[in-house]
Amino acid sequence: MKIHEFQAKQVLARHGVPIPRGRVAATPDECAAVAAELGGGLCVVKAQVHVGGRGKAGGVKLAKTPDEARQMGAQILGMDIKGLTVHKVLVEEGIAIDKEIYLGMILDRDSKRIVVMVSAEGGMDIEEVAEHSPEKIARCTINPALGLTDYQVRHLCFGAGLPKDKVKEIAVFLKALYQAITQSDATLAEINPLVITKDGTLIAADAKMDIDENALYRQKELALLQESEENDPIEEEARRRGLTYVHLDGDIGIIGNGAGLVMTSLDVVAREGGKAANFLDIGGGAKAEVVRNALEVVLLEPKVKGVVINIFGGITRCDEVAKGVIDAAGKLDIKVPVVVRLEGTSVEEGKKLLAESGLNLVPAGSMREAAAKVVELAYAGGR
Amino acid sequence: MSIFINHETRVLVQGLTGREGRFHSEQMIAYGTQVVGGVTPGKGGTTELGVPMFDTVGQARAATGADASIIFVPPAGAADAILEAIDAGMPLVICITEGVPTQDMVRVYEVLRHTETRLIGPNCPGVITPGGCKMGIMPGHIFKPGIVGMVSRSGTLTYELAKNLSDRALGQSTVVGIGGDPIIGTAFIDVMKAFENDPATEICVLAGEIGGSDEETAAAYIKTMTKPVIGFISGRTAPPGKRMGHAGAIVSGNKGTAQAKVDALEAAGVKVAATTDEVGELVEKTLREKGRLPAAAAR
Repeated sequence: MKIHEFQAKQVLARHGVPIPRGRVAATPDECAAVAAELGGGLCVVKAQVHVGGRGKAGGVKLAKTPDEARQMGAQILGMDIKGLTVHKVLVEEGIAIDKEIYLGMILDRDSKRIVVMVSAEGGMDIEEVAEHSPEKIARCTINPALGLTDYQVRHLCFGAGLPKDKVKEIAVFLKALYQAITQSDATLAEINPLVITKDGTLIAADAKMDIDENALYRQKELALLQESEENDPIEEEARRRGLTYVHLDGDIGIIGNGAGLVMTSLDVVAREGGKAANFLDIGGGAKAEVVRNALEVVLLEPKVKGVVINIFGGITRCDEVAKGVIDAAGKLDIKVPVVVRLEGTSVEEGKKLLAESGLNLVPAGSMREAAAKVVELAYAGGR
Repeated sequence: MSIFINHETRVLVQGLTGREGRFHSEQMIAYGTQVVGGVTPGKGGTTELGVPMFDTVGQARAATGADASIIFVPPAGAADAILEAIDAGMPLVICITEGVPTQDMVRVYEVLRHTETRLIGPNCPGVITPGGCKMGIMPGHIFKPGIVGMVSRSGTLTYELAKNLSDRALGQSTVVGIGGDPIIGTAFIDVMKAFENDPATEICVLAGEIGGSDEETAAAYIKTMTKPVIGFISGRTAPPGKRMGHAGAIVSGNKGTAQAKVDALEAAGVKVAATTDEVGELVEKTLREKGRLPAAAAR
């Protein structure tokens, strides 16, 4: 789960990381008011969206006066950055930058530990640095029983060629970052850049954190920050209904049970010439109501020209799935073809229920057949 | 023969009295799995489903001689349940629980890497040696005993592939679901090594998906294997940056793409199927070419 820059900075501040003074604003007038609060001098207006590359997209601007902050706010608010609309900006005091440093920690699948990365090339996309000049990144993994040790901090800072007189101060930032990533159940925490100002002080000018969704039950405060990643209303609705739904940009609705099977259904539909409108996993043991909910959510996307339901019943019973489909089809006025492929537990009962429903549901014997049928029927009236 | 479990495996169920634990314990017993005990703190001394209950894994292991444990404990207690099983010296631990916090698994793995315990999962369907032992939540009837060793990161996809094989009279030696989380106890490579050394397994199926580099790591080992391997990768059309259901199924930047996995497997000599049906076709064809197609499948 992504959180915004201003939210990540608040988390870091709680662990003792100095951050620029500032506040989030939702209107141009509010931007001017915050700029005035900050003393009326140089400030920076930054789009708060869940995507990287804001600066390049024009989502970060300097303002010399509160009036300019208002103008910049008006430009940035409502702007579209990589498909996301900007609803909030962060207005912060300007910083006189001398040097920019990168500090990052990420939960690494290969080492099964948190990996720390430090680079003197701050302010840049670390993936680019990693690709073009990997020698400029110092890294090590943290033993969770020991935490980040002093020798590792020295290895990182001297290894990355950071200013020697600042190593002790940077160590404090690294330890705070480690506290933040572990205590917040984050999978990623970055300060990029950590700025050394012209007068020699250190400050976190930008920050990023991703939170592990599996841990939200014990991160109650962070859980409140959850927004659909792209402020997508259908994803929001699916989450309210407890469904695992990912909105995609095609026009074939896809429902299945189990992540691997749904992913495979997407692939098979693509092979047959269709394009998936979504990923929706009803999970294991789903009852009729879940299936009904799933069908309703998938049909919220107006582009959907056909739906394929692909179920391999293990714990999930095919007759429950059939009941849910029939219930939804009876309630909703479904105008697009719905192809249903059932296999596994209680498959005969499920097929019988569908056949006797009198509804316009198209049965399919295999995943491939289901995909071929839905593509054929969905595009029968043209694309 | 088989890998990890067989008809002699003595199984302990941690969390037997929960809703999922009870249902699947019944199913495992019905399949013929030797469930020798259950652990639910506070229920020690009672009997459930005809098996003795214990308060701790240590007590249960001492009293029953259990040599494998399966965990149905909810996410908040799952990591602790794994640690308890490791501490009791359990040789095999299978964690079914979905939703275990990743940092809990970082701590578990740090302990695990210094022990002899094999952990499978979490967030996995379990392991089945058809006709011998089922430790998991899979529908037992779709699996048939045979010579195909299969390993996958997904549950229902495994069932789909297993049924496809069984329908062709291509039975399985053991089927292992390693789980869909970013940090799991057993990787593809571990299972492939076990299959390579298992006399009952003549051909392997590896079903991977987007995210991480476990498939690529396994590919390097597969290159050295004597047994043929058929591959399958799901998520070929998944867009980058989107988590596809499994916590671990995400393409981050240019890492973890389906294409990179297909390329790595093919470079290691693996025939990678484009569809689930093709997995069965390729297994059949490969066995036929080697003159090892089972008589039932040759008809």
